[in-house]
Formats: sequence, structure tokens, C-alpha cells
Amino acid sequence: MTADPHAIATTEHSPVASLPHDARGGIGNPVLGMLLFITSEVMFFSGLFAAYFNARANFIDTDGVMRWPPQQFSHTLEILPLVGPATLILIVSSFTAQFAVWAIRRGDHTAFIRNMAVTVTLGIVFLVMQAIDYIELGHNGLTLTSGVFGTTYYTLTGFHGAHVFGGVIMLGVVLYRGMAGQFSAKHHDAVEAASLYWHFVDVVWILLFSLLYLVPGSGPA
Amino acid sequence: MATTALTPAAHGYRAGLYDWLTTTDHKKIGILYLVNSFIFFFLGGLLALGVRVELAQPGLQFVTDQTYNELFTMHATAMIFLFIIPILAGFGNYIVPLQIGAPDMAFPRINALSFWMLPLGGILLFMGFLTGGAAAAGWTSYSPLAQDRALSSTGYGQDLWIVAIVLIGTSSILGAINFLVTIFKMRAPGMTLFRMPIMVWTVTVTSVLVLMATPVITSALIMLFIDRNYGGSFFDPAVGGDSILYQNIFWFYSHPAVYIMVLPAMGMISEILPVFSRKPLFGYKAFVFATVGIGALGFSVWAHHMFTTGAVYLPFFSLMTFLIAVPTGVKMFNWIFTMWRGQLSLSTPLLFALGFLSMFLIGGINGAFSASVPVDFALHDTYWVVSHLHYVLFGGSVFGVMAGLYYWFPKMTGRMLNEGLGKVHFLLMFFGFNLTFFPMHQLGLAGMPRRIANYSSAAGWNDLNMAATIGGFLIAASMLPLLWNVFVSLRSGQPAGDDPWEGNTLEWATTSPPPPYNFDRLPEIRSERPVFDQRHGRIGH
Repeated sequence: MTADPHAIATTEHSPVASLPHDARGGIGNPVLGMLLFITSEVMFFSGLFAAYFNARANFIDTDGVMRWPPQQFSHTLEILPLVGPATLILIVSSFTAQFAVWAIRRGDHTAFIRNMAVTVTLGIVFLVMQAIDYIELGHNGLTLTSGVFGTTYYTLTGFHGAHVFGGVIMLGVVLYRGMAGQFSAKHHDAVEAASLYWHFVDVVWILLFSLLYLVPGSGPA
Repeated sequence: MATTALTPAAHGYRAGLYDWLTTTDHKKIGILYLVNSFIFFFLGGLLALGVRVELAQPGLQFVTDQTYNELFTMHATAMIFLFIIPILAGFGNYIVPLQIGAPDMAFPRINALSFWMLPLGGILLFMGFLTGGAAAAGWTSYSPLAQDRALSSTGYGQDLWIVAIVLIGTSSILGAINFLVTIFKMRAPGMTLFRMPIMVWTVTVTSVLVLMATPVITSALIMLFIDRNYGGSFFDPAVGGDSILYQNIFWFYSHPAVYIMVLPAMGMISEILPVFSRKPLFGYKAFVFATVGIGALGFSVWAHHMFTTGAVYLPFFSLMTFLIAVPTGVKMFNWIFTMWRGQLSLSTPLLFALGFLSMFLIGGINGAFSASVPVDFALHDTYWVVSHLHYVLFGGSVFGVMAGLYYWFPKMTGRMLNEGLGKVHFLLMFFGFNLTFFPMHQLGLAGMPRRIANYSSAAGWNDLNMAATIGGFLIAASMLPLLWNVFVSLRSGQPAGDDPWEGNTLEWATTSPPPPYNFDRLPEIRSERPVFDQRHGRIGH
């Protein structure tokens, strides 16, 4: 670390130069790599969602009637007090992640680090709230082994949680590198890539939350 | 002083070994891929010989039913996931950056990570034999068979199988991302998309297939793992699960995987046929669009593996399967008219490419039979299917791999392989292959089911099975001249020079083997044959 990154940031402070790109124009290799990785992640979750849709469309309850959710768990999944606020927290964290990206594109290190720190914190809070929710659900009798309803619920939310965990680590590394002064308005592909991943994790949760908590169930009550 | 600091003195064996273990050079990683793949090819081949020895005669002579199940499961798994898919990725690793004039892959360290996951996955897979029984539910691991602890494997084999395939799949996905970023971002100036060598195009389409399909099998295997180990109920009908769901998700990957296993081999012979016919590839753009077409159609045919389940819409999947024959047929015309009135030189790479052409044609024709629903109902799960898949994957991909090996070995090592030994290898493998797999057509038509260790001596299958077993040993014997050839050529082979075949593409514009940075200077790129243009100037056009 011989060059002062702040000096680079100020000399290249123009909206065009500060967009992430390589020497020949277009997006940088790490950003393209992350977009392709996200494509593969979309396909991974597609497999899990397919299993969920299949179970939801074909489920026959213990009384022989097609119904979703099963009668036993008709009031187990509740938006309040935990899951709704957790959802809001994750959505807000996507905004703060984007504020951090815009800040580093301007070369504004203080705003970048502040927003990134808030994002990481919100991510950790989401994970803690999910853990508390799992414990509550377990007390109410919903486990991985309680039929296909429980299996799909925990697998989908669990793998989403694992991706949030991965995202928190990724953003944590970006935050650490940012505090070490490794990013500038010109060189911050890792910030762009990590925030794209974070938005992806957020979108998956919005889909999951809508399916699990908002879309009304079917079959006789 | 600067040079001494930059070149750490390679102190013999240990420094060399350390260098290979830690390298991020795409060429060394490519060679590691090839060596690792060949090790598992020979292991998978031994397992296949086990299968053939047991089937040579009716009755159970050598193994139990359970061991037999382990043999064919591990044979297919090793050949598909640890040989064909990785060896094509290995050729891609070595050749693609050279052919597009790049100094390396886009992410060299991720490239090394992709490779090292493979031996790790392979070791985990084969650990099953040491922990009380390898996976035995077939490479498809259908549920509920794979869920039944007594049937699937007697030890930890089935779970090790799942972990290994997820690991190998992750390696493929990272490799695909690396290929796509390399191809889209690191081409030399002048190399437009329609000047890329066909090999690069096929690796591009293959990488898209890997990227879109492999994560789906990862999800299926994770669900299977949860069902087996944590009391989940994805695929168990008794608790609201659905066993057909597994087949749908599995084949959503595993049919595109067939094209993952053959497209790069098609790319390899599309490099070889023009060079050894002294003509450009006939219909370059048609070939590119046919490749893209196969990739796109490949995602809409998965349920032709599930016709007999009664749970899929037969007319749609049958029609789409027949449609795949169209772009494949286009390619056959590309290849045949490339050779038409060319100056053919029948050296080993061309022989293996011709082997690919003829054997893949048979595999395409007997495959089109099975696309017809009524025919498939009769042939499903018989030896006809075993014959079909081997004509495509062995007759196609493996012959393509061998063609590529004889073609690029001089570039990788600076030494030519011996032509005489190469021809012995080809003849033994060609006859052995047909003696093994052609009789399986008749066995299938005669009703012999796949995946059985024993059959009645009155069924009329005795002679054909004996012939297939003899053929299997011929294939094994054909590997001896190959190994001897590689061994002798590495020690004292004829020096290759930069461009022994008068090639077309950029890898022939650098030294053999290329320096770590690949190129000192590049020829001007005005077509898909820059080295040909450089050699012949405008006269060539």
C-alpha cells in the first residue's frame, strides 16, 4: 500500500470515469462473474421453489382433503411480531447497500463506510430474528420432520438464511477492505459485486415471504 | 538482478511438485484436469470390467447383487462426473485462452479451486468402498430407492455420493463462470464473436448449460440429503412427498448434461476436421447456430427419460426430442462437407474424429428411435438404452477426447505422439467398442433389462453377452498402446515445433509448450483462421 487511495479518488472524480468498467469499456470481470454466479443461484432456488409449488399444489391433508397449509399449521406462520419487521429490515439493508455503492462511486469514503456498516448490522439483525423465529416455531410444533409443509418451510428459509449469512460475510470483507482504504471511485468492483449479491438475497426473501405469508392458502378451513 | 528475483530456482523434484500443487496457470491446470480425469477413467473402466465379467455368463459367479449395484453405480458416476465432464473442461482450460489470444483465464485462483474440488470429490465418492459399501442406487439415484437405507447402500456410500456430486457440480459452476467471463471479456483485439474458433463457441454454450442446469441438480441432491438424514419428506409419498418430483428435477439437469458431455467434443473435432482436410469448416455460422439451438432445445426434453412414469405430457417431450435431431443433423452436414473434396491426411487425430462421426451417428439414430413414445415404452430400461447412451458418450465424447489428445498433445508437451501406436490404439478401441455395444441393441430388443446381475441361460442372451465382455477387454487393452505412447513420447518423442499440423487457430501461433504468458505477439485476426491467414496471406481466400 504505497499509493494513497484517497488521492486516486479525487483525481478521477467524474460521473463517467467512476462507473465500474474495464479498460475496453463494459462492466468489470468481477461484476460479470457475480452476475453469472447469481444466475446459477437463481436456478438453485428454482429447484427448491419447484419442490415447494409441487407440494403446495398436491398436498392432501390428514382428513383426505386437499388443503394448504395443513390444518395442523393453519395459524403457525405469523407475520407479527418477528417476520414482518425482519422483512422490512432486509429491504432497508438493500437500500443502505446501494447508498454505499453510490457513495464509493462518488469517492465519498465516509458515507460508503457508514452505509456499509449499517448494511452488515441489519443483515446480522435479520439472522438473529430468524433464529428466534425458528425457536418459536419449534415450540409450536413445526419442525423439519413435520411433513412436507415443515420440510419445505425450513429448507427454503434455511437456505435463504445461509445465503444471508454468506452475504454478511461478503459485505463484512468489503467493509474491512473499505476501512483499509482499498476502494476508490475508480476501483471498487468488489463493492458492486457484493451489493448485487445482497440485492439478489433480498429479492429471494421478498418472493419467499410473499409465498409463505401473504398468498392465501387453499382448501376448506 | 530482477530476473534472479523473478525466477525462483526450480530445485528439482520438490520445487516442481510444489509448483504443480499451487499453480494458477490455465495450461498447468488444464493438464492437471486431464491427468486427474484419466485416473478416474481407468478406475471407472475397471468397474465396467467388473460388470462385464459378471454378465459374461448367466448366473452369479463373482459378485453379490449388492456389489453389482455398487459396480454399475460407481462406474457411471465416475465416468460422467469425474471423467467426461472434467476432461472436456480440462481441454477447454488449456485451449480456450490460447485460441482467443488471452494470457490466462479471467479468475486464475478460482480456476485452481475448481480443479482441486475434483480429486477431493472423487476421493469422497470412492471412500464409500472403504466405509461399508459404495453408493448403489444407480447414477440416477431415484427416490425412494436412494432413500431406502437398506437398498441404496450398506454404509455411508450414498451420502458420500451426494456430497461428492454437489462438490463436483460446484466445481463445474465456478468453471463455467470463469469460461464465460474469459470468453466475453478477454478476447484479443479483432476476435469478434463470429471469428471465435468453434471450440470456443461450444465451450461457451456448454458453460451456459452448466450455469443454468447444474445448480438444479444441486438442489435435488440437497433435498435428497435432507430426506435421508434429517427426516425430510420431499420425495416420500408416505408423508406428502412426491417421488416423480425428484425425477423431474434430476433430469432437468441430467438431460442438458448430455449436451455438456458432448458439445465440447463436437468443438474439438470441428477444429480437427478442417485442419486434416485442408479446408475451412463448411458452414461456420450454421454450426454456431446449431450449437446454440442444441443448447436451447436441451432444456425442453428432460421428461423423455420419464415417458413410462405416466406423469409427463408425452406429445410435447417427444416432439422436442425429435427436434434436437435437426441442429445435430446440420452439424453432420457441416462435418461431412468439410471433408468433401478435401486433402484428407489419415493421421490419428482424424481417425478418432472419423470414429466420433460414425459412432455418434449411430448413437443419434438409435436415440431418435427412443424419442418415439410407443417405441420407448417397449425399450425403456432395456440394454437398448445402454447401447444408445454408450454410442453417444463413448462413441461420441470419448472418441472426441482421444482425437483432441492426439491433436493437442504436441502443443502441450512439445513432443509428437507416435503415429503407429496411435493407429493400433484407434483400431483396438474402435473394434472393441463396437463388439461391446453393438450386441446390446439386440439384447435390448430381446428384452434384457439393464441393471441386473444375473439372467436365465434360457433367455437367449448368452452369446451376445459373452461378445460384449470380450469387447470390453479389447477396449481395456486399447489403453495399453495409449499409455505406452504417452510414456515413450514424453521421454523421447519427435520434437513437435510450434505448428506440426499446419493449424488454423491461435494456439499454433505460439511455442510448444507455450510460455506462461502464452504470446509474445499475436497475428492479425481477420477471420476464424488467423494462423492460416498468416501462413498463406490473401492467396488462401
